[in-house]
Amino acid sequence: MNLAWRDVRHNLFRFLLTCLGLGLLMTVVLAMMGIYNGLVSDALNIVKAPQADIWVVEADTQGPFAEASKIPNDTRDAVARLHGVAQAGSITYQTVEAPFEGATLRLYVIGYERGRLGGPQTIVAGRGLEASHFELVADAKSGLTPGDTITLGRNQFQVVGLVRDTMNSGGDPAIFITLADAQVLQTQLAPPAARVQVARGAAATGGATVAAVIARLDPNVDAQSVAQTVRQWKHLSALTQAEQEEILIKSVVDKARKQIGLFLGILLTVSAVVIALIIYTMTMEKLKQIATLKLIGAPDRTIIALIVQQSVALGVVGLSLGLILILTVKDYFPRRVLLEPVNALALTGIILVVCVLASGLGVRAALKVDPATALGG
Amino acid sequence: MLDDSRRVIVDIKGVAKHYGIGETRVDALRNLDLTVHAGEVVALLGPSGSGKTTLLNIIGCIIDPSEGQVNLDGELVYDNLWLRGDLRRLRLDKIGFIFQAHNLLPFLNATDNVALVLQLAGKSRAQAQARAQELLDYLEVGHRARAMPALLSGGEAQRVAIARALANSPRIILADEPTAALDSKRAGIVMDLLRKLAAEQDACIIAVTHDEKILDRFDRLFHLRDGRLEDDKGEGK
Repeated sequence: MNLAWRDVRHNLFRFLLTCLGLGLLMTVVLAMMGIYNGLVSDALNIVKAPQADIWVVEADTQGPFAEASKIPNDTRDAVARLHGVAQAGSITYQTVEAPFEGATLRLYVIGYERGRLGGPQTIVAGRGLEASHFELVADAKSGLTPGDTITLGRNQFQVVGLVRDTMNSGGDPAIFITLADAQVLQTQLAPPAARVQVARGAAATGGATVAAVIARLDPNVDAQSVAQTVRQWKHLSALTQAEQEEILIKSVVDKARKQIGLFLGILLTVSAVVIALIIYTMTMEKLKQIATLKLIGAPDRTIIALIVQQSVALGVVGLSLGLILILTVKDYFPRRVLLEPVNALALTGIILVVCVLASGLGVRAALKVDPATALGG
Repeated sequence: MLDDSRRVIVDIKGVAKHYGIGETRVDALRNLDLTVHAGEVVALLGPSGSGKTTLLNIIGCIIDPSEGQVNLDGELVYDNLWLRGDLRRLRLDKIGFIFQAHNLLPFLNATDNVALVLQLAGKSRAQAQARAQELLDYLEVGHRARAMPALLSGGEAQRVAIARALANSPRIILADEPTAALDSKRAGIVMDLLRKLAAEQDACIIAVTHDEKILDRFDRLFHLRDGRLEDDKGEGK
């Protein structure tokens, strides 16, 4: 006879209400985990998307994701001629704010050369860029749809296709435009400002720089040796794909990871305290029943099982409700919430340990109950 | 009339219980002897603080005496070889408890409240359920077998509690104010039932009571005064 289940069934409404409260707490814990995963995944997606082996950037810089990098436009030709390089492409990154349907969209603009590395990998709706100018492919999270028109700088761009899960580490959805358009967008001034520059005798820059040149190597070519060759050109630096990812994680994502990790720790501590308090209160309400159980000869293990099983049930049902809730609402979060099965498994393990530890307070109170308490009024 | 040749179930000799030391020492029981035979129904009477509950707790293997010997159904308990688990097992196998407020577990129905004791003693679920139903039928509450305690009347709940106390066929039934929550008619019915059970199951019943209306239902009355015991003839320790 499972006493824990019978007691839960007897007070089912209250138990479910408690589970719901705990479930909401678990939803927040899972959301934090998902947001962290999303943050890392988004940041890495941008780096992984071009499927490059080498990133050639400005000398003494950490690449376009950590700090500003400007290299001459023709660097791509020099890199493409290196031994072992199969393909190379120039790429630019910048963040813009553009008005769209009465709101302002913050977008991460990726400029690339059509037919070369750096473009969108998988188009989920519409098509890729076909024209040389004024077309864009956007991440679905931007809210743009194929056929929409949006003003970037002084030009109108038409949305021709959509991609998914392509954002920068700040959560801004990416758009892909041609390198030429991106360079114009970077350098083009508003007409009055342009007139002032002409009056001052400043030469138009003409968009002659890019943020990086990315290269894909032939099979069996060592990326480090190619990178080393590039580094011999004093005005350039080169990073392998692994180095680029590590820099991104360490310099860009690390602070956010620590922040979220700390918040997660606090949430788990709060959950443990809440579970402990609930179980302790549930046990205190049952002291007379526990005394009766002891008096009629129930062993300590029966009483411990009653408390621990209820605690674990509370945790498991709460966690399940939390999982259902977060999976239902995750797409409404402004940032990507990415939940992996390993997160659910890890949290299940943590919650089980927390539940068993939290029930210790209740178990201690129960074991101290004198069976004589059952006698008398 | 009581037949003293019947088997002795409870045999207490020279039992004392002290709390505290020095000037704060309280003698709850002093050099107390008590013998109860199979089939006997005895009452412990006395004012509040006279030691009735302490004596009931010692017989019920809940607290150990400071001095003296306690022999329950042929077993000398509380010597150095008895562990807490052994006392629990003795309570489970040989002692049934009836409480003032029935103390049924609110989350189990009547049958399961009775069957729980049997399952704790190692009976299978089917065996426990069958025996519980049998006991409830015997106590004429079989028709309420599936009812939760909150839905039982006071008399029904007390009968279910008696069924639980009898489940493992104990040799000793300890009752703490068993009729306190019942009107005089139902109190009389419960006492008649306890007498019948004691006779049929060859068990003894020791009840603490203040209920004067039922005193004539007991074979012997023991008065506790300042930790000392006197029987209804004013004899004894």
